[in-house]
Amino acid sequence: MDLASLTASELAQWLCRGEIGAEEVTRAFVARVKQYEPAVGAFLTFDPEKALEQAAEVDRRRREGKPVGPLAGLPVAIKDNICTTDWKTTCASKILANFRPPFDATVVCRLRAGDAVLVGKTNMDEFAMGGSTELSAFKVTRNPWDLSRVPGGSSGGAAAAVAAGMVPLSVGSDTGGSIRQPAALCGVTGLKPTYGRVSRFGLVAFASSLDQIGPLARTAEDVALLLEVLAGHDPLDATSANREVPPYRELIQQPLPTIRLGLLVDQLGEGVDTDVAQAIREAVKVFANLGVEVKEVRLLHHRLAVACYYIIATSEASSNLARYDGVHYGYRCDEHRMEEQLAEERRRWAEKGPSSVAEEPDPPMVRLYRKTRAEGFGAEVKRRIMLGTYALSAGYYEAYYLHAAKVRRLIREEYDRTFQEVSALIGPVTPTGAFAIGEKIQDPLAMYLFDAFTVGANLAGIAAVSIPCGQTREGLPVGLHLQGPPFAEPLLLQLAYWFQRETDWHRRRPTLPAPDKPAL
Amino acid sequence: MQRPYEIIIGLEVHVQLLTQSKLFCSCSTEFGAPPNTQTCPICIGMPGVLPMMNRRAFELGLKTACALQCEIARFTKWDRKNYYYPDLPKNYQISQYDLPLGRNGYLEIRSPETGQSKRIGIIRVHLEEDAGKSMHDERAGKADSRIDLNRCGVPLLEIVTKPDLRTPAEAKIFLQELKLLLNYLDVSDCNMQEGSLRVDANINIGVNTPEGPIPTPIVEVKNMNSFRAVERALTYEAERQYQEFLETGRRLGQVPKQTRGWDEEAELTRPQRTKEESSDYRYFPEPDLVPVVVSEAEIERIRTSLGELPQLLRERLETTYGITPYDSDVLVSQGRALVQYFERVATLCGEGKLAANWVQQEVLRFLNEHQVSLDAFPLPPERLAELLIMVRDRKLDTRRGREVLARMLSTGESAEEAVASLGFVDVGDAEIEKICRLVIAQNPKTVADVKAGKIKAVGGLVGQAKKINPHVDPAKVREMCLRLIEETA
Repeated sequence: MDLASLTASELAQWLCRGEIGAEEVTRAFVARVKQYEPAVGAFLTFDPEKALEQAAEVDRRRREGKPVGPLAGLPVAIKDNICTTDWKTTCASKILANFRPPFDATVVCRLRAGDAVLVGKTNMDEFAMGGSTELSAFKVTRNPWDLSRVPGGSSGGAAAAVAAGMVPLSVGSDTGGSIRQPAALCGVTGLKPTYGRVSRFGLVAFASSLDQIGPLARTAEDVALLLEVLAGHDPLDATSANREVPPYRELIQQPLPTIRLGLLVDQLGEGVDTDVAQAIREAVKVFANLGVEVKEVRLLHHRLAVACYYIIATSEASSNLARYDGVHYGYRCDEHRMEEQLAEERRRWAEKGPSSVAEEPDPPMVRLYRKTRAEGFGAEVKRRIMLGTYALSAGYYEAYYLHAAKVRRLIREEYDRTFQEVSALIGPVTPTGAFAIGEKIQDPLAMYLFDAFTVGANLAGIAAVSIPCGQTREGLPVGLHLQGPPFAEPLLLQLAYWFQRETDWHRRRPTLPAPDKPAL
Repeated sequence: MQRPYEIIIGLEVHVQLLTQSKLFCSCSTEFGAPPNTQTCPICIGMPGVLPMMNRRAFELGLKTACALQCEIARFTKWDRKNYYYPDLPKNYQISQYDLPLGRNGYLEIRSPETGQSKRIGIIRVHLEEDAGKSMHDERAGKADSRIDLNRCGVPLLEIVTKPDLRTPAEAKIFLQELKLLLNYLDVSDCNMQEGSLRVDANINIGVNTPEGPIPTPIVEVKNMNSFRAVERALTYEAERQYQEFLETGRRLGQVPKQTRGWDEEAELTRPQRTKEESSDYRYFPEPDLVPVVVSEAEIERIRTSLGELPQLLRERLETTYGITPYDSDVLVSQGRALVQYFERVATLCGEGKLAANWVQQEVLRFLNEHQVSLDAFPLPPERLAELLIMVRDRKLDTRRGREVLARMLSTGESAEEAVASLGFVDVGDAEIEKICRLVIAQNPKTVADVKAGKIKAVGGLVGQAKKINPHVDPAKVREMCLRLIEETA
């Protein structure tokens, strides 16, 4: 029996009944990682020893008849922008390459309290800025369905690890689609919870008003299982919702109520792969067979979403990332060389005489900042910092940031109005399946446009889920996007659960090269 | 002295609030701990942390804004002020930009020149977090900077006045009055040495000309470490601007705003190195904190909890106890406890002026000499009042009263016991009259002098009377002798 082929919920049952032990489960997944990690490259930190220690502890507690948490013995991977005291938290950036936080993120505390077996940290685009995981400063992660393609991003490592069967559960973060998009491209289920549903304390901020931590797993049921542990009020996060966490697993299995879904027809036309559109139309039929009414709807403000998103997100990022300056922690440029260089510049400047006042070299402190940041950040991060700095500058603030804030409100209001008519929205997560590694790397705008369908949910702060619903002609997974009002996680996961009872897309597994064959 | 120009001053005051913990985390705010021992991942802005608002700090801010008669914002939010400096580890400061918690208030002061009340406008009151402290050590060519982040995140209240102050002395009075108010509110200890009150001033002058006043460029003066320094720095700066105007003729708008620092020892202001370009702080709403909504009920609750504040308290003391503005000022500036002590004594002895004199002279002298606060003063107000009743009824003269008080303080005896211990006897009016008649009869020459208009000569009679009975009240003897001489005339 291949334990690694089971879902988290199935494993949890076996563990609960004592038919298998946490150590056994952990060993099975560790073996998978060892087999396929060289080909996939999902992890930045993988710590089988620590994982096995935690598993042994769970087994001991169970043997002694002590109570254990809902995730007891289940391996979980954590995206590397979520703080952990056990391991470095690099955000896949050179600037935090050796940073080990002095505290655990609230979600990490909750996972520990839920007796999860934490196995390591997954790869991502640097500071979660990107949609392909190619922008990691450390390694490329490959899509398990086609190793020449990207897994999506920024939670690419998290999605690839689940798709490759290296962990049953994984925790990502979603600022503009960073959970849903890789989940779609890797054929797994991923949820962006309502803003405030999961504490952000310990999530290294990209864009604070958009960031949200969420679960990735094989099935809606597994996502519900993990969400129950992640969600909840946190006094350390002022934006976290003080609202009870419902029993998601129980609720999603209830029969579907009589509801109406809104099909986002504008997302099935131009620029969208016909295979993707076809898969979504097939999904509509599945819902129709389940007795759900589907009505065509349009979100007019959505055409502004990408522009709005890239102003808000980059503005917040420009401020959030200001702290990486080499003064207090993290990467610092070679001071000795910097000082030598500066002395040389000063000497040359002095030779020029008093006419060149404006060309005076930086004071050392300013040079330290500039050089550290120039060397520590990757190109995309710098691009976004510059965009955001510009959007917030005096004279531009009104035209960019403030304008975007107003558009954001219109987008939210349009969602609100739409949810008066339909209970949830369905459409594609991405316009195409996974693209080839390197395909969009020279074209940031094409990369940004790939987020067109997902950023709206972040701007509005609503809940949204991605579930596998088909394949393209190349055999690449297609993701179905379900968006609901704030705190509609139970409904969205219920729809996903019943969809997955009727379909087997979520059960399909990529064929990875045999372990004895050389990895790509 | 008539100056050839008018001075225009506005102040920007930063006050550290008296909270146990910092504005956005639970670190202690206590002053004087070893460097970097009062820090946590939140106040040093480590990756992944989020701020939590200190409700107490917000309340203290509201209290101050209410006491400064500000309009209170029903909805306030936090903003980020972005700038790079090593003592600001996040490289942004959480502050309030376009929706400060209070605006359009005022503080009333008494102008030192005219004695008239004057309202100094308050433009805004807002909360923000303090930065850390940089210590630059530049000895032997090797620049070495150290940073202490203990202060980083301590709650600060920024109070900005309108340019309503017209003299450096007025600026000083304003600061004294503000400090007193904040002390009465228990909002801040306003200790300038520990940096819990910091003042920057914007100053320029309007030079009188037949065509009307010509304004000079505005200068921001920093590095003033006492109220006295504020007065001196501004006096210096006004005169410097006048001299500069005479030399250059430069007026407002012709040069960018300059920042100058006060050099206490050299007693002059020097230009401070300013950034080449004007800074752009790129303010935007702080996404990690939620806006704060203040209800009408909350404002009302805070307004009613303010207690009696210095300005009104002075006026009430003057009308209730008939004391002078000078007296009320001295008493009120000593704080609420002393005012309460005074009021109790004044009520018990029934004479406000007498109580005011004794509290100011005797009680305050004791506190100063012993360097203690009022709770360490050995006499409860009832005891002091017993003594003052004797003085009021002229059973003791002032000099003897002081002796009695000294004994009360050193032995713990009551006024009556102390009088007895000192052997002071109250000489009745009949006895005094008898003695007076005797000395008048024995000193016809002196009496004649008095009658001739040399009133001073009566002193000789008082001296004689004291020889007969040392316990007589000299003032009473003097009065009685004069009356008797007049009667015989």
